[in-house]
This record gives sequence, C-alpha cells and structure tokens, in this order.
Amino acid sequence: MIEALLLMKHEMSLTVAAVVFLLVRLGRTRAAATYARLGYLLLGWCLLAGLIPAPPGQLFAGLFVTSSLVSMQKSFLTFGLLLLLLASDRWLRRHDYVPEVFLLLFSSLLGLFFLISSGSLLMFYLALELATLPIAALCNFDLQRRQASEAATKMILSSAFSSGILLFGISLLYGSTGTLHFTELPQRLNGSALQVTALVLLFTGFAFKLSVVPFHLWTADVYEGSPVPVTTYLSVISKGGMVFIFCTALYQVFQPLQAYWHVLLVITAAATLLVGNLFALRQENLKRFLAFSSIAQVGFILVALSSGAELARAAAVYFVLVYLFSNIGAFAVVGIISAATGKERLSDYRGLYRSNPRLSWALALSLFSLAGIPPTAGFFGKFFLLMSGADGRQYLLVAFAAVNMVVALYYYLRVVRALFMEQPEAPLPIVTTVLPERAALVISVAGVLITGLFSGAYETIARLI
Amino acid sequence: MNLHLLILIPLLTAVTIALWGRGQRAALIATAGAVVQLGLSVLLYLTFTAYRQHHAGEAFVFEYRHVWYGPLQIAYHLGVDGISVAMVMLTAIVVLAGVLMSWEVSYMPREFHTLLTLLGAGAYGVFLSLDAFTLFFFLELAVLPKYLLIGIWGSGKKEYCARKLVLMLMLGSALVLVGLLGMYFGGPRSFSIPDIASSRLAPEVQQWVFPLLFTGFGIFTALFPFHTWVPDGHSAAPTAGSMFLAGISMKLGGYGCLRTATHLMPDAAQQYAPTIIVLGCIAILYGSLATLMQKDIKYLNAYSSISHCGFVVLGIGLLTQTALHGAVLQMVSHGLMTALFFAVIGIVYERTHTRQLREMGGLMQAMPFAVTALFLAGLCSLGLPGLSGFVAEATVFVGGWQQPDLLSRTAVVIACSSIVVTAVYILRAIGQVAMGPLRGLVSPHPVSWAERLAVLLLLGGIFLMGLWPEWLVQLIQGSGPAGALPDGLTAAPVEAF
Repeated sequence: MIEALLLMKHEMSLTVAAVVFLLVRLGRTRAAATYARLGYLLLGWCLLAGLIPAPPGQLFAGLFVTSSLVSMQKSFLTFGLLLLLLASDRWLRRHDYVPEVFLLLFSSLLGLFFLISSGSLLMFYLALELATLPIAALCNFDLQRRQASEAATKMILSSAFSSGILLFGISLLYGSTGTLHFTELPQRLNGSALQVTALVLLFTGFAFKLSVVPFHLWTADVYEGSPVPVTTYLSVISKGGMVFIFCTALYQVFQPLQAYWHVLLVITAAATLLVGNLFALRQENLKRFLAFSSIAQVGFILVALSSGAELARAAAVYFVLVYLFSNIGAFAVVGIISAATGKERLSDYRGLYRSNPRLSWALALSLFSLAGIPPTAGFFGKFFLLMSGADGRQYLLVAFAAVNMVVALYYYLRVVRALFMEQPEAPLPIVTTVLPERAALVISVAGVLITGLFSGAYETIARLI
Repeated sequence: MNLHLLILIPLLTAVTIALWGRGQRAALIATAGAVVQLGLSVLLYLTFTAYRQHHAGEAFVFEYRHVWYGPLQIAYHLGVDGISVAMVMLTAIVVLAGVLMSWEVSYMPREFHTLLTLLGAGAYGVFLSLDAFTLFFFLELAVLPKYLLIGIWGSGKKEYCARKLVLMLMLGSALVLVGLLGMYFGGPRSFSIPDIASSRLAPEVQQWVFPLLFTGFGIFTALFPFHTWVPDGHSAAPTAGSMFLAGISMKLGGYGCLRTATHLMPDAAQQYAPTIIVLGCIAILYGSLATLMQKDIKYLNAYSSISHCGFVVLGIGLLTQTALHGAVLQMVSHGLMTALFFAVIGIVYERTHTRQLREMGGLMQAMPFAVTALFLAGLCSLGLPGLSGFVAEATVFVGGWQQPDLLSRTAVVIACSSIVVTAVYILRAIGQVAMGPLRGLVSPHPVSWAERLAVLLLLGGIFLMGLWPEWLVQLIQGSGPAGALPDGLTAAPVEAF
C-alpha cells in the first residue's frame, strides 16, 4: 500500500490538490488572489512530494510504470506549471473562475503524468484524453473573446480527429499482435504491412499533439486565441509530456520497426523545420510568432530522435528542460505585457528597452536561448540534439537543421531589434511586475543561464536513461 | 600561467560594468579591465618564452582540462602555443585601443562597454581553447554583442548591416558545427584538438569535413565569395566595433582555419590547397580592385581588409612553414593596422561628420596627429619596409616561392602585383584627406588624450613588429600544423629579416 502510494507520489499529491479546488467552491467565495496563492502552495506541495525518493516499479498489472527518469520528468512538468502560473499571476487575479482554472490545469497535468507513466496503449489513450480535454475548456476561458471560442473549437475538433486516428492505429496494432502492453509489443512486432500501417496512424496521432508538419494547422490559431497561460501550457508542458512519451514509444515499444519510423521522422523533421521557420518569419502577433517558433523547435527534437542513437533520448529530455525555461521566460514577458497593456503585436514592442529594460533583457535572453546562441542553455540543447542526429550519420539532415538555425535567428533578431533598436511611435508605459511574476522571470532566466553552463542537469538525465 | 584569468578578467569586467557602470564610470572600468588584460597577455608572452626555452618539444603548454559534459566527452580545455600567444597579445592591444577610443560614447555607455568587453572575452576564449566544443562556444558567444553593438550604436543602414553580418557569420558557424560533428563521429569521439590531431582522421572523413570547417571559418575571415558582410558590417559599426570586428573577429576565422581545419586534417589540407590558393588570390585581387572604386573611407578600409585577409588564406593554402608563419604574421599585422585605420577614421569623422573622401581635404593642417597616423597606417598597408605589413607579406611571398609548382609561384606573383594596386588607392586616399586646401572640417575640437593613447598603442605595435620581427617569429616558430607540411620544406629562412 505504502509502496503503491510512493510509486504514484506525483499523481496522488496532484489529485489531492485538484480535490481541494473542487471543495473550495463549496465554501464562501474568496478573492481571486487568495485562490491563486492557494494554487501555488498546492503545486509547491506536489513538487515537494515528487522529490520523495521512490523505487522504480509498476502497478495495475503493468498499466502504470514508473522509474527515476519518469519521476524526474513529472517533476519537470510540475515545476514548469508552477513557473507559468507564477508568471501569469496578474491574469489569474483578474479572473472570476480561478478555482476552475486550477482544477482543469491540474486534471490535464494528471493526464500527462499518467501518459508518461503508461505501460499499455489503453492507459496511454485514456491519459491522453484526460490531458487534452480540460485544455479545450481552458482555451475558452477568456469568455468574452470570440477568438477564444474559435481556439477552443479548433482544439477540440483537432484533438477528436487525432484521437480517432490514434484509436484506429491502436486497434490495428491490437489486431495484429494481440496485446496492448509496452513490454510485450516489441517481441510481436515483425514489420508486417498491418503493423506498419498502425505505426503510421499512431505516429499521426502523436504528430497532431506535437504539431509536427503537416499536422500543425491548428496550432497557430489555438495559440493566438487562448489566454497566454494556456498557450504556454500547450506549448511547453503538454508538448514536453508528449515528447517524453514519444521517446518511450519510439525507443522501447517500436524499436523493432526503427527502419520505418526513421523514414517518417526524417521527412517530417525536415518539413517541420522548414514550415515552422518560414511561417514564423512573417508573424506580427507575438503569441503566434512563438507558436510557429515552437513548431520549428519540435523539428530539432525530431532530427535527434530520428537517428535512433542512444544519445538522442537524453538530448531530447534535456532539450525539453531547456525549452521549458526559455519558452516560459519568453511567454512570461509577453503575458505580463499583454495583461498590463493588452498589447501583443511586435510593433508595440518597439523601444521596450527604454521603458522596461529588465523585461527586455529577460525576453532577449529567452529568445537567444530559443535561437541557440551561447551562453544560454539553448545553445547546449540544440548542439546536443544535432549531435544526436549526427550520431546516426545523417549529416545532410543535420546540415539542413543547422541552416534552419540561421533562418530562425533571423526572426528572433526581428524581436530583439524591435526591443533595442527601433523608436516607438507610442511607447509602452513602464510595466511594474508583482512578486510572483518577478520570481517566475528570475527563475526562468537563471534556468536559461545555469542549465547550460553547468552540466549537472544533463549528466543527471544521461545517467537515468 | 593561469589561462583562466584571460577569460575571467573580461567576464568580470563586463559584469562589473553591467552592475555599477553608470555614466562615465563604464569607460573607466572597461579601461581598467583592458589594461589588466594587456598586462596579463604580456605576462603570458614572457612566461611562455621562458617555459619554451626549457621544454621545446611540447605542442601546447599551460594546459588546463576540466571535464564539462562527461558523457559526451566534452571538456573545457585551455592551452596555448606560439600562435595563440601572438593572437592573445593582438587581442589585448586592440581591446585596450578600442576601449580608449570609446570614452566619448554617450548613448547608453554602460551597455556599450559591457557588450564590447564581452566581445573581447569571446575572442580570448577562441584563441585559448584546445577543445573544439569550447572553441565553438566562444566563437558563437560573440554573436549577441556584435549584433547589438552595430545595431544600436552604428551608423547608416545599421540594422540591415548588423543583421547581414550576424546571419552570414551564423551561416559560417552552422558549417563549422556540421564539420565538428563529422570530425567527432568520424574520428575518436572527442572534441579534444590534441587527441584528434594524434589519432589522425581517416582520409574519407577529412575529405568532406575539411571544406565545411575551412569554409565555415573562412566566412569569418572574408573568404571569397563569402566576403560580402565585411564592407557593410565594418562600415556600419561604431568605431570601436569596427576595430574589434576587423582587428579581432576576422582573425577568429583565420585562426580557426589553422587550428582546426589545417592542423587536424593535413591530408585534406594538401588535397584542397590549390582551391584555397586560388580563392586567396581572388580575394587579394578582387579586394584591392574593389577598393579602388570606394568613395567612403570606411568602405575603403573594409574592402582593403578583404584583400589583406586574402594573404592569410593564401599563406594557409601555400602550406610551407614559412608561408604559414606569414599567415599568422599577417593576422597580427592586419589586426593592428586595420584597428589603427578605423581608430583614425573615427577621430576624423568626429570632426568632419563625413566619411566621403571628396568632401575632405587638407586635414593635415587641422589635425596633424591623426592624419600622420593615417599616413603611417597607409604605408603599413602598402607594405613599406620597417612597418609590420612588409614583414608579414614578404614572409608569405618567400614561403610561397618555396613551393616549386607553377600554381604557387603564379599565386605569389599575382599577390605581389596587388601591392601596386594597394599603393594606388592608399596614396590617393591619403592625398585626398591630407593635402590640398582645407575642406570638410566641421567641429575642430582637439584629439583627446584617450584617442592619442589608442593610436600610439597601435602604432607602437606596428613599429615593434616592423622593425624587430624577430621576437614574433621566434614566438610562433615550432607552432602550428606541422603535419600538413610536405617534407623538406619545413626550414624557415626567417634570417632574411
């Protein structure tokens, strides 16, 4: 019993947190700020609970599997959620339905936990739905905005569609192998046409969630229409969780079919890099801009994973951590400015350095990290991803990705130029940050600088894999 | 000697400026830091030569190795040979001169000096690294400062030029990155330069990695046809920025070609030598001919930089010990000379508010100090004996003539003939600026002591190298890619000087 609790430490603590928010509505209505503070506290508690050492193991006849690596990945996600909520403190305070926001976010995170812990396609599918559906509701949480409704509709339709494809793949796989368990599947995979079809369908399901080209079309509209915290959640936390389980799926479950998924990954990696970058070049809305840049970032992960090299998993997990800091840093600044002034367009950011030097530096460093420029952690993350790609001797793909880094730098520099070099027509006012926002910014900027220059994070990940 | 200091001091200086460098204090702190760096580099020279006398056989000395990313065999690995010491000294001199030239920067001086100092730190890092990953890290570290320095404090089409420069250099980095990865997985799975050198990469690997690395680093040193960032970038940058870019950043490329491409892939270096020689010659000729057409004095110096850096590429391509020494000497000489040029152009521009040659004239009467310095820089550029340019270029020619084949000798003849073109544009430009009736002077304030000091420092370096090249030649003697050289051509007749 105790052992089961220990194995599910993340899930149990998070469930308790979610239940608290269910109960809290029963009592007297309190100020939004109070709820927000309660949320931070509960999430901090989950983070602490996640640190309790626990042995690797499995539960429910292998449906739920955990290890030190999985446990660490869950802690990354919890930490990321806490960071992004702190960064959107201002948005939370103004909201009328804060307990619901927390409840839905916690449910979705719970889904992600089960997702990366799943030991069978059944659990995988259930967890995926739990992780996705609350987000569709959250997309529409700025109730008055028409764009938000559009985002929610697109989100729900695209996820329903991808779930359908995923289920079809799962059923084909079950039909040809007779099992859904991750441990039994590899032995029964023989590369028959049916299984390869199932692989392609499953991959499509993943591709939707990871916004891999050509299944990315929903991404930009949903990111633009949703409130900033939800966009951040989608692009950082939910995508991070998907990358983790994607690694497991490729490197454990579908290892025997490597010859097939290798081709899929190489093609989609190149397409994702190209399309993500080309579309990001012309974006004027910063949320949309970050959406397309995050599509391109996934392209780099695919370059690494396609190699099938041992290095690739560590590099991908490390990159998710780096990406978490960089993207939350960037979104935090965008969110703070959007909440304070309502402005989200690139032209509004002209001359921001004059009025808000600290926010400008935070945004610039985060963007440089996303672009992969030292001394930020993004440089190391990208370097290791490309290194993993090169380990599979796919130098052409790596060269293509390296050239794409130059293209990406072009559009990140557009923002930097607006911040530092251009003269504003109507300068933004000086934006004062509140304590939680400042904490989130400091932590993410520190993370952007520290996780790269000091090798501890990478070495821990590499040891656990 | 502790090599960390040379990276730590600039980093600490940058942090100090960022935290406490309000107003005029920024320049003060930056200058103090630069003086310490120059002191350290001289100390490095002294300890290095002293150490060399007792331990002649070691390739790299003062090594420090700290495992950085253990699972990936990446180490923070520093060490120097004679070439690195020469480049470090060049960097220290140019950094100090650049900082002295920037005392007058009034728009956001704190940010300016922080970025300028960071740029220097990146250069030291590249010259001191013995691990290809560390080297690449420091090479890319300069991207952010370069972009902001040109984009914020530059002039003219500064935003366009900053972007063009950064993107082209990033393209170079991308090629270097792929090349480094190819070297890592094609070789001993290590980025350590001594390890890769001793394990000797397979010829098939060398064959495709060498062009990537050489072109990648070549972009930094204005290798034809990737030279187009040089004129735009240099002319748009603020004075100190131009000095750093032309004096130090372009040398990162030449140094990278030597240290990684030629040093680690001797077979490929020989195989591609003809191509490199031809590209070097094109850069020399094309650069000098293009300079003839320039009307803007900053563009003039930028195009002549392409021509002068062609000598570096040519020296590396000729593959004799003497020619390689010539390439290194040319890097040092061009670094000092071009920094001096840009410094003087900065001084003149402050007083004329124009860079168009035909709008200036007779400035010798108005500012004799600056124009004399310009004159000396010009003479150095056209290779007058007694100044550093002569030593460097003559060494390349002598080294090239040692190669008996037709291509090398033709290349030497072509490169020699470019000096005539250089004389034409230099003398014409200086005549226009210095002689004739006084024109173009707008604000005749005197040259400040900081500016004088910067100019004298650079002039001192040029004369020291020109009149007494012995010490520099001895310093780089025995360093560099000996494995790439054909047998029987290693004897270096430097006694000529």
